[in-house]
Amino acid sequence: MATTRTPAQFALLRDRARRFVELATTPLVPGDFWEVIDPLRGGANPRGRVVAVRPETRDAATIAIRPGRGWKGHTAGQYVRLGVDVDGVRQWRSYSLTSPPRPDGVITITVKAQPGGVVSGHLVHRVRAGTVVHLDQAAGDFTLPLVRPAKALFVTAGSGITPVMGMLRDAAGSLADVVLVHSAPRPDAVIFGPELRGLAARGGLRLVERHTEVDGRLTPERLAELVPDLASRHTWACGPNELLDALQSTYDAAGHGDLLHTERFRPAVVAVGEGGTVSFGDSGVTVEADGATALLDAGEAGGVLMPSGCRMGICFGCVVPLRGGSVRDLRNGVVTTAAEGDDIPVQTCISAAAGPCHLGI
Amino acid sequence: MTTIQKQDRNPIAHLTPEDVENLGRELDALREKVIASRGADDAAYIRKVIKTQRVLEMGGRAVLLASKFPPAWFVGTAALSIAKILENMEIGHNVMHGQWDWMRDPKIHSTTWEWDHASPAEQWKHSHNELHHTYTNVLGKDNDLGYGIMRVDEGQKWHPAHLGQPLWNLVNAIFFQYGIAAYDLELGKNLSSEKRRRDPAFKARLAATLRKVRRQAAKDYVVHPLLSGPSAPTTLAANLTANLIRNLWTHSVIMCGHFPEGVETFERTSIEGETRGEWYLRQMLGSANISGGPLLHIMTGNLSFQVEHHLFPDLPSNRYQEIAPHVRNLFERYGLTYTTGSLPKQVASAWRKVIRLSLPNDLLAKKKRPARPAPLRAVAPVRQERPRVATAGS
Ligand SMILES: Cc1cc2nc3c(=O)[nH]c(=O)nc-3n(C[C@H](O)[C@H](O)[C@H](O)COP(=O)(O)OP(=O)(O)OC[C@H]3O[C@@H](n4cnc5c(N)ncnc54)[C@H](O)[C@@H]3O)c2cc1C
Ligand code: FES
Repeated sequence: MATTRTPAQFALLRDRARRFVELATTPLVPGDFWEVIDPLRGGANPRGRVVAVRPETRDAATIAIRPGRGWKGHTAGQYVRLGVDVDGVRQWRSYSLTSPPRPDGVITITVKAQPGGVVSGHLVHRVRAGTVVHLDQAAGDFTLPLVRPAKALFVTAGSGITPVMGMLRDAAGSLADVVLVHSAPRPDAVIFGPELRGLAARGGLRLVERHTEVDGRLTPERLAELVPDLASRHTWACGPNELLDALQSTYDAAGHGDLLHTERFRPAVVAVGEGGTVSFGDSGVTVEADGATALLDAGEAGGVLMPSGCRMGICFGCVVPLRGGSVRDLRNGVVTTAAEGDDIPVQTCISAAAGPCHLGI
Repeated sequence: MTTIQKQDRNPIAHLTPEDVENLGRELDALREKVIASRGADDAAYIRKVIKTQRVLEMGGRAVLLASKFPPAWFVGTAALSIAKILENMEIGHNVMHGQWDWMRDPKIHSTTWEWDHASPAEQWKHSHNELHHTYTNVLGKDNDLGYGIMRVDEGQKWHPAHLGQPLWNLVNAIFFQYGIAAYDLELGKNLSSEKRRRDPAFKARLAATLRKVRRQAAKDYVVHPLLSGPSAPTTLAANLTANLIRNLWTHSVIMCGHFPEGVETFERTSIEGETRGEWYLRQMLGSANISGGPLLHIMTGNLSFQVEHHLFPDLPSNRYQEIAPHVRNLFERYGLTYTTGSLPKQVASAWRKVIRLSLPNDLLAKKKRPARPAPLRAVAPVRQERPRVATAGS
């Protein structure tokens, strides 16, 4: 007798097969073994392999990455959180995608090495093709609307050109009237300089380059002079916080704050000091702790059910995620800082607040 | 061994409190040196060990699909045994200690790791990391001293049940992973009264362990034999053998850590208000190493450097070997005994103790030891003759 299976039966079968395979690999998951064969598989986050590193300026480089399974693509202007091991430690940073969505799936980011920067220096100067990196899905709403604005203005400074480059590469053809005002120290420090100038020469956009070494810093006043019809343009701006703050207040004061879209590369500065306000996110408790009190003690004093063990830094029974702010290792003074979105495990029994901080418990 | 406080010659009597604090500072400095130099090479090391372990496990299990053929059986069983030992020792034990937490890799982290073992990671971390590593060798506090089923110190009270302890020890070795699971559950204590048996926290932990045991057994004794088809019975036998070899090996290595002759034990009251230096000192005197080559070190999960591990339980295991000479030098300078010996010697020494202490003390005591409790704190004003630094077997 022929039997036919319904989709529901197939789903059931698939589920059983999955559970069987999971039982064969317990306590690991099948992905842990896949990873041995294909390093781009395995984890909960997608991964990618660096396929090329191209220098852009003396201190900036473009890194091409081929994402593995699970990468859901991006919209030009968005950024990706990238996890890379520097000196053996997994570090996560955000980078704007400078590639338009491409049929071969390869994405690019363009990184400027910050003086003393842990990740940017590593990416620009040390990463080689073949390196496996960790990715989050692309995110951010610094993107062009589907219905393109009749007139657009991009205001960028330094590495702030990156998300705009992604948009221009994707949509320059579909934007009728585009002005780009870009500020950089010198002509040869302009990331994507030749490409932008070429685009301008072909009439794709009006390019206004400002070189701070001769022109000084870009201000809203200078911008209004350079782009007289600014109030009729949808504006996307990305650069140092001071520039963005000044633009925002000028646009707001003029009553067209809704025309301005900004992308910030740096969070508000976290004050690293002695002690601070500790918030225990999940428990809804906030405690003032001085710089000598272990977070474990501070939490317990505030009535938080803190996991703990030896209380002397050896058992790791007290580890909870640091979700924001800074803590100081009481043993050696080393400060660990988490940006919003981070999840850095810290031992609460030997860490004290070094400024306001936020724990995930 | 008698607790250090009751011995005729207290091995730390020659140390002043300043000596002990200096010792602590030197060890802190050594620790900081390793932490400052942790980096990409260390990360590459643990990833390589994990990868090797997984390749061995996959390879072993693949070969066992044809375990009907004796050569396949032997090769597959050997690979799987080595994989299981690596998984428990160099990987599981050390990852769960937080030795690799600094890499911030959520996959290789003490809070997320689960091991190929009957005891759930959560419970093992509590009994091992918190209790054993904090109260190392303190009578009545560190249950690792005989696991609650044996008497391994003269200071532990003799009971006629101890007569059978050589046998218990053998049975425990054979079923070691279940022994540890039961120990982590504190079964003896928790089954002792109706009230404890009904405690919801205990019941939840028991359920977690049973679930883990079920899944582990299903993997080795049902799923993989089934996958082997006609080789099912021989694959079952291979998996049983691999688990047995892993159990016997880990039991032997772990016995060598704290049971051999020369390891000191401590009075419960001696650790009240213990300083950092005193804690270090207790770890130094309470642990024993195993001497041998690189293969031995990796197969013991570097617990062959038990002394270094107990001083710095959260330093990456691949670095113990490099700090061992410095630690040994400290022992010598402070006139302390660095207990070490070859694997056969240390295993034999631990077994001798298990057999000897199955009988009451007086029966075998060569000389009656006067009970003289003293604090661990080195307050003895007179400097005694420095004990000889033992260098047995190396
Ligand atoms: C949404 C978003 C998109 C981003 N896109 C890009 C991009 O496309 N290209 C790019 O190069 N960077 C981009 N960044 C910044 C990037 O995430 C890192 O902050 C930057 O690379 C510095 O990291 P680091 O580890 O090298 O520096 P860290 O080691 O974290 O810091 C080292 C020092 O540099 C300072 N510093 C950090 N960032 C900056 C900065 N942007 N300007 C000046 N000083 C800084 C710090 O205050 C510190 O003193 C983006 C950030 C965000 C939030
Ligand atoms: S409680 Fe043990 S490391 Fe924190």
